[in-house]
Amino acid sequence: MNRDELVSLYHQMLLIRRFEEKAAEEYALGKIGGFLHLYIGEEAVAVGAVSAMAKDDHLVTHYRDHGYALAKGCEPKRVMAELFGKATGVSGGKGGSMHLADVSRHFWGGYAIVGGHLPLATGIALACQYQENRQVVLCVLGEGATNIGEFHESLNLAALWRLPIVYLVENNSYGMGTHLARASALKAIHAKGCAYGMPSRQVDGMDVLLVREAVSNALEYARDGLGPSILEAMTYRYRGHSMADPELYRHREEVETWKLRDPVRHFETSLEMGGFLTPEQAEELSRQVDREIEEAVAFAEQSPEPEPAAICEDVYAGTQEREVGTPVGLGQGR
Amino acid sequence: MADLTYREALRQALQEEMRRDERVFVMGEDVAAYGGTYAVTKGLVDEFGEKRVKDTPIAESVIVGSAMGAAMAGLRPVAELMTVNFSLLALDQIVNHAAKLHYMFGGQIEVPMVVRTAAGWGQLGPTHSQTFENYFAYVPGLLVVAPASPRDAKGLLKAAIRDPNPVIFLEHSLLYSLKGEVPDDDFVEELGRSRVLRRGRDVTIVSYSRMAVASMIAAERLAGEGIEAEVIDLRTLRPLDMEPVLESVRRTNRAVVVEEGWRSCGMGAEIAARIYEHAFDYLDAPVARVASFEVPVAYNRSLERQTIPDEEDVIDAVRKLVKR
Repeated sequence: MNRDELVSLYHQMLLIRRFEEKAAEEYALGKIGGFLHLYIGEEAVAVGAVSAMAKDDHLVTHYRDHGYALAKGCEPKRVMAELFGKATGVSGGKGGSMHLADVSRHFWGGYAIVGGHLPLATGIALACQYQENRQVVLCVLGEGATNIGEFHESLNLAALWRLPIVYLVENNSYGMGTHLARASALKAIHAKGCAYGMPSRQVDGMDVLLVREAVSNALEYARDGLGPSILEAMTYRYRGHSMADPELYRHREEVETWKLRDPVRHFETSLEMGGFLTPEQAEELSRQVDREIEEAVAFAEQSPEPEPAAICEDVYAGTQEREVGTPVGLGQGR
Repeated sequence: MADLTYREALRQALQEEMRRDERVFVMGEDVAAYGGTYAVTKGLVDEFGEKRVKDTPIAESVIVGSAMGAAMAGLRPVAELMTVNFSLLALDQIVNHAAKLHYMFGGQIEVPMVVRTAAGWGQLGPTHSQTFENYFAYVPGLLVVAPASPRDAKGLLKAAIRDPNPVIFLEHSLLYSLKGEVPDDDFVEELGRSRVLRRGRDVTIVSYSRMAVASMIAAERLAGEGIEAEVIDLRTLRPLDMEPVLESVRRTNRAVVVEEGWRSCGMGAEIAARIYEHAFDYLDAPVARVASFEVPVAYNRSLERQTIPDEEDVIDAVRKLVKR
């Protein structure tokens, strides 16, 4: 990697960090509704993983998806607009925080039924194999999803058919408020891949370059037709599960201990020590990111609400008009 | 025109669509080597190979989910779930995903997937004798199709494969050997259209799938008693094409809705409600409903036959209704 590439990784991590901090503020102001799951602390995983992907590789993630959307190149303003529920959001305001997608970038979305996206990610890999296009799927899930039937059904099928997919588990220790030691019989999550005969390894999820290297190797393994693999990135979310989380299940010391290995600061220091970034350049980058975030919020604020007619749009695909209004939906039915 | 069974008509639809479009493929439990649980896919693997006729593990969630992913990425999968009873294991994929993706991502994603599955019974016991079309017809974003004839089996399956939306295609195991005329050419029916099977002035019978066939048998026998029943096959359960039904009820002033499922919260309740909403003033009697007793379906042959409705129940309901 050259200097610009390294700095770009840092830029993305910092952008995600500040984006999430701003999202928390806007949530507190009531500008963002529903659930808001912040990615703060886990930035190295998304940035390292996505940087290892080819441009037309496919990405499918869980609902803690802001970092992935930004890393895959979605404009911060359109991501923020989606959080605001605006028509200009990446999903037109219909998906919200948990359902960001940009299909033009092969980012197939964030999914909010834990484990539910694994079968469909596996199916995208099936399409890649069927079309012989040498594209690979990166499917991101939390460690909590590895106890679900869909995880096992998906890994089995992917291994059976040697599908080009990498399952990247973000192990942040908690499925909402339940520690994995209280939820999973097997604590070494990646070892679950053994049941399906697939390569598996653990990686330090607080180190962007280690994540990048591990994901890159796994993607190339899949691209070469050797089949799926599973990676477990050890990471931590600093904030609660969602904004509604009082965090009664963990101690402050645990959070502080993880913060000592903060992935953004850690990488900044590495870049400075390696001579890739001066403190002045870091300062300038920080100001640039702040401007990007300000612009994103301004854009989201000023963007229009979806038109009332949007409520009936895109229930069905295609040119043929399907009945969604009368009499089931908007007519007598309601 | 050829005289085909419902099973052969479905197979022909699959063959024709697979020949027409490289993107169409079939996957499911025992669809290849075994030849299909109900032999619908028999022989397909010989013509199209294992790439396009895929045996899967017994894992309904990933059968539907991976078909969905393949559809999102540009293919036209036809997933087979052995029976509708097992489709419950894939409800998350169908309801939380397939039905939502186009809307939830602002129209960016399409899911041109067909899920074929079969209802049916025949001393199969409580867990293998059910029918759940109402579960799927409840969900915006899905299309739900339930053909009653070989002709519709072929024409509607071809339409379902070509449609850009997820389609739940409900077959019936007791119809697979039913014979009927099927056009030879590239014949595609329109989804979302009900069909008048028989004209009549005295009462309107509304049904679909196997019970549409039973309703026709009932209508012929009622004709012998001087009662002329109009029979309408809904064919698609979401969206519902009620206009022919309402037009008919406005003439006959009496309606019987006939389904194989349980009465409460079933398809019949929805159809009856719509008749009341849109044709109340034309009714000379309350809408009658023919449905299963609300008990699990027992293994014992006699108990089973008493639980699930047949043409006798339709005849009874019509006789009572026309006297009112």
